[in-house]
Amino acid sequence: MRISKPAKWILATITALILTVIYLPLAVVFINSFNTSINMDWPPPSFTFMWWERAAQSTGLIDALITSLIVAAAATVIALVLGTLLAMALSRYKFFGRNAVSLMIILPIALPGIVTGIALNNAFRTLLGFQLSMATLIIAHATFCIVTVYNNALARLNRMGKSMEEASADLGAGVFTTFRLVTLPQMLSALVAGGLLAFGLSFDEIIVTTFTAGGGTETLPIWILNNMFRPGKAPIVDVVAVFMVIVSIIPIYFAQRLTANESKN
Amino acid sequence: MVNAVGKAEVERPSLAHRISTTLYSKPKLRLRLLLSAPVTWLGLVYIAALLALLVTAFFTVDSFTGEIKPGFSLQNFTDLFTNSLYSTVTLRTIGIALGVTIVDVLIALPIAFYMAKIASPRTRGILLISILMPLWASYLVKAYAWRSVLSNVGIAAWLLRPIGLDTPGYSLLGAGITLGYLWLPYVILPIYASLEKVPSNLLEASSDLGAKTFTTLRKVVFPLILPGIVAGSIFSFSLTLGDYITINIVGGASQMLGNLVYGNVGVANNLPMAAAIALVPVVIMFGYLTAVRKTGALDNL
Repeated sequence: MRISKPAKWILATITALILTVIYLPLAVVFINSFNTSINMDWPPPSFTFMWWERAAQSTGLIDALITSLIVAAAATVIALVLGTLLAMALSRYKFFGRNAVSLMIILPIALPGIVTGIALNNAFRTLLGFQLSMATLIIAHATFCIVTVYNNALARLNRMGKSMEEASADLGAGVFTTFRLVTLPQMLSALVAGGLLAFGLSFDEIIVTTFTAGGGTETLPIWILNNMFRPGKAPIVDVVAVFMVIVSIIPIYFAQRLTANESKN
Repeated sequence: MVNAVGKAEVERPSLAHRISTTLYSKPKLRLRLLLSAPVTWLGLVYIAALLALLVTAFFTVDSFTGEIKPGFSLQNFTDLFTNSLYSTVTLRTIGIALGVTIVDVLIALPIAFYMAKIASPRTRGILLISILMPLWASYLVKAYAWRSVLSNVGIAAWLLRPIGLDTPGYSLLGAGITLGYLWLPYVILPIYASLEKVPSNLLEASSDLGAKTFTTLRKVVFPLILPGIVAGSIFSFSLTLGDYITINIVGGASQMLGNLVYGNVGVANNLPMAAAIALVPVVIMFGYLTAVRKTGALDNL
């Protein structure tokens, strides 16, 4: 098949155009966070750091950030433990119901967020009689974060193979010693990558969050949602939006680097 | 070696050591211990919640006390099919999901083709990263970004007014554009992956045998990348069906299924009705997945 020069140029132009559209809205938010106009007039009449200073001084905002960090950290820890256990079970054993278990792991992320959200909301409130709180939010986040840890850990365990663990057992190491000295060190970077992804996933999440957080629990995404429609708040929301992109890109960037190095080795 | 054995006989083995030995000799027990915590968690928290949701859809709410009355009633489903609000919103949601999916596939095809078959390996790497990067930015932030873009005083109005057009504003069209933007990378990536697997010599063979470029695209490339296209469409279709945040942010007053679910959980406090509505996207998705299973797209996810 020959692709003519003009056709190549047209495709290249379309590609460039789409990429521009992909980055344009994010660039607009970034620029607007320095826009002096409180209504976010475009083009910006002038630029200022005022909104960033105000955001840094807002106690409600800092509280929301702390809540987000606590929720993401707690959900990540739970997901790390459960995801690692699942990966070890599914990579090292063949058993009845194996497919059902792996389906169960991806289901919370495969179903629309609204279904997961309302199912958990219903279970917490009506079935268990819990008040929605930060704890219910952490449980919900941990549930859909398991899959990222599991995927990373499973890929690593499958690549590692069993030979080192078997050698360790042959040399007399017990089950725990083998895990501590042989399995865990080899899995570590995959677990860090999975944990970072889980952290980013939880930090950004909004749909399941709106259904499972208690009234007093305000995460950063909920703060954005609550303030987006308030008059005069747009500039600070822009600042928080830029901040959130940065905070979620950093862990995911490191996670990608960890797994990228691995595929080179 | 003799020493070690002798020593072990003198000192009583520690508890940890005995557990370790037991575990070593009983792989089934090991498996059970590994699985117990995570399966309990997922089973109790998630699977039970999903089943309860299914059951709750058949409950009703006492209109006076607002309390949930357990029992078996098809009332919610009758409402769902007879109340014109629900059918309108369901059809609208499916319509938006289809529109977004078709537009995304049409946009994704040329860019994926350029990446996989024309760009140099270096450019390809840069393009891939450029497309992946926005996926990492928060979904909420991206929807909010479009609120700024589409605003009456925003960049869309500023760019379009001089050429006699205007921003679509906060409307169904605005929501459709934003949703299409949100899911575009999810559609590009599987199409790109399937295009990359099409061997270039197959395309050469087709042209050697006299096929014009368009014929090759239609008869050779298209059937080979169809599973990738379907895989991408599953993402955009399913994600649009369940969305309610974007429509709130850029959709003005218009509603999608997600809004009805959220409204029934919150304001109306009718959890059974919310559960019944939430089953609609699930059923549609299952129908869609069954319909496309033959294409082999599910192996491409």
